[in-house]
Amino acid sequence: MSLPISIRRSMFETMVRSRFWDDRLTEQYWIDKTPVFAFGAGPLPGELHTSHGQEPVGSGVCAALRDEDMITTGHRPHHIAVARGVNLKEMSAELFGKKAGLSGGRGGHMHLYDKRVNFSSSGIIAEGLGPAAGMAFARKMQKKPGVALSFLGEGAVNQGAFHEVMNIVGLRKLPFICVIEDNKWAVTTHKSMSTACERNSDRAASYGMAGEFVEGNDPELIYLATQRALERARSGEGGTILEIETVRLSGHFMGDPAGYITGKKSDYQIDPLPVYRARLIDEGILTEKEASHIEKAVDAEVDEAIAFALEADYPDAEDALNCTFA
Amino acid sequence: MSTKEAAPWESPTSGESRSRSLTICRAQREAVDWEMANDNRVFMMGEDVAGFGGVFGTADGLGDKFGSDRVIDMPISETGWIGMAAGAAMEGMRPIIELAYVDFIGVCYNAIVNHAAKTHFMSGGQFKVPMVLISGTGAGYSNAAQHSQCLHATLAHMPGLKVVSPTNAYDAKGMMHTAIRDDNFVVFLVHKGASGVGFMGPLVKTSLSDVPQGDYTVPFGKIKVYKEGTDVTLAGVGLAVHQALESAESLAKMGISAEVVDIRSLVPLDREGIVDSVAKTGRLVVADEDYHSYGVSGEVIATVIERDASIFKAPPQRVCIPDVSIPFSRPLEYSILPLQERITSAALKTIENKS
Repeated sequence: MSLPISIRRSMFETMVRSRFWDDRLTEQYWIDKTPVFAFGAGPLPGELHTSHGQEPVGSGVCAALRDEDMITTGHRPHHIAVARGVNLKEMSAELFGKKAGLSGGRGGHMHLYDKRVNFSSSGIIAEGLGPAAGMAFARKMQKKPGVALSFLGEGAVNQGAFHEVMNIVGLRKLPFICVIEDNKWAVTTHKSMSTACERNSDRAASYGMAGEFVEGNDPELIYLATQRALERARSGEGGTILEIETVRLSGHFMGDPAGYITGKKSDYQIDPLPVYRARLIDEGILTEKEASHIEKAVDAEVDEAIAFALEADYPDAEDALNCTFA
Repeated sequence: MSTKEAAPWESPTSGESRSRSLTICRAQREAVDWEMANDNRVFMMGEDVAGFGGVFGTADGLGDKFGSDRVIDMPISETGWIGMAAGAAMEGMRPIIELAYVDFIGVCYNAIVNHAAKTHFMSGGQFKVPMVLISGTGAGYSNAAQHSQCLHATLAHMPGLKVVSPTNAYDAKGMMHTAIRDDNFVVFLVHKGASGVGFMGPLVKTSLSDVPQGDYTVPFGKIKVYKEGTDVTLAGVGLAVHQALESAESLAKMGISAEVVDIRSLVPLDREGIVDSVAKTGRLVVADEDYHSYGVSGEVIATVIERDASIFKAPPQRVCIPDVSIPFSRPLEYSILPLQERITSAALKTIENKS
């Protein structure tokens, strides 16, 4: 049950990296967006959905993966991209719409692609599931190893694509993991108002898949559950619906005051980062000094990535006309 | 090899190089067969393809030949498996998928336009999506508004996918080879009335052609001039091309020489070829079984006007579905289709305008 120290430290570092990057993006985001808020204004334009609070999901799941595994995800992709090792400089440049970005500035924050680490994201809710299942299917046909994972929110489960793809995954016993990040909120609609069952992992039974619910937004439990799902996938047992309880500490997008999140927030809006930090120190996995050292190093790394993005050139206007076709 | 009996229009063959008269459906299937036999990245997926051979015979015999691992039956879950095809293509496969009736794109439009079509662009070229979507289009057999549409403009409008619609067997085979070998997402539409499928009645003679046994390609982005003429260009898509050919015969009896152009590739569109034809005749009728407004007919006319509006000796005419849903009842349906009589009247209108 106890995880190797190196993995625990590494998961902490990954959570810090995701958080610090999101913090720095938040600072940049508000430049030139006041007093009149406009998505399109400032150096970091567009909608921005940060991952504050959901870092354990990205860190815990991705720490268990192999290079050959494949990921698709949705409109809130930062914590997963960072944990998967998507190049931070190029990803930053992409968010700032620069030529040096992952896609030369064609995709932006919701549409991140890095083929080198088998990563892509889609802004259309639940529709990354099909492509991920197709990737798993391709590997099966090619007789190559690799498990495909698709991340989506608990609200996305109510899309038809979820039902269609899960049924095919079960039917074909594909090496596939559906990671549902249950942050309780689909924009402003609470899970209790959108979903007929308490746990979406229970739906697995109807698709011939395994289902697991992971409580507590705990990277270690998430890592272990992912390991079990990967084992099932690699051994040919088929897919798993892994629903992970997490938390969305911010609004749906930057600028959403989230006034609809009411009640005693301290009961359920718990920031997982200080919790995990304190636990690792408490259990002697990290000293306070080591934790600070990690934070300092990551801070510098994130600074460098943001500076790289800010200094990078914008694409040439003609680039808009490239890449529609291969 | 398939043990299916040769269809009555197929002459028995002995030599490899012999060509035979085939239907569109059989010709395009030969290309799929050849590519699957020669490229193990190619596979076929859809509803009722493995055992049944596809609703329109596009996979006839392929399931027996290649097995259910390469000709794959899928549940009625189009957004699921078309999304999967896009993912498989991103991972190096070359899926050929069949959506029997194009009318069904409503349930999978997102997988088509937001994923398969946009992935190459949004990834800055990191991920290619080489896949072919086969679908049947068209009306004329009392199947009403949800099983009779063409909708090619609905697809051609979206950037990132190629759209072709061959109207004869030779083109169908060559363009299918081109489609499968293309590194992009290609939508391959065939009008059910011209495809030669068994339950669509008599064969359209002008859709049959001699088809070589071996593989060959027909490039996209080139119109095909079925018949040269000097007085008016009749440009068509799909079955409307065959109606235009019949119209050209009627016009010939009136002493009018019509040039019949098959647009056949909507994306990429052979704008030069269209302009060249109209420059020669000075008159244009576009016959298109898709809806009248915001469609291919308007695009073709705009293409000529943008190049040189002075080419026109008379205002161009459109013969399309007049922006209504396709009715069930035969007299109602026939009244709105771009049939030869309507094409001929439109052509005469451009000629009358001469005086």
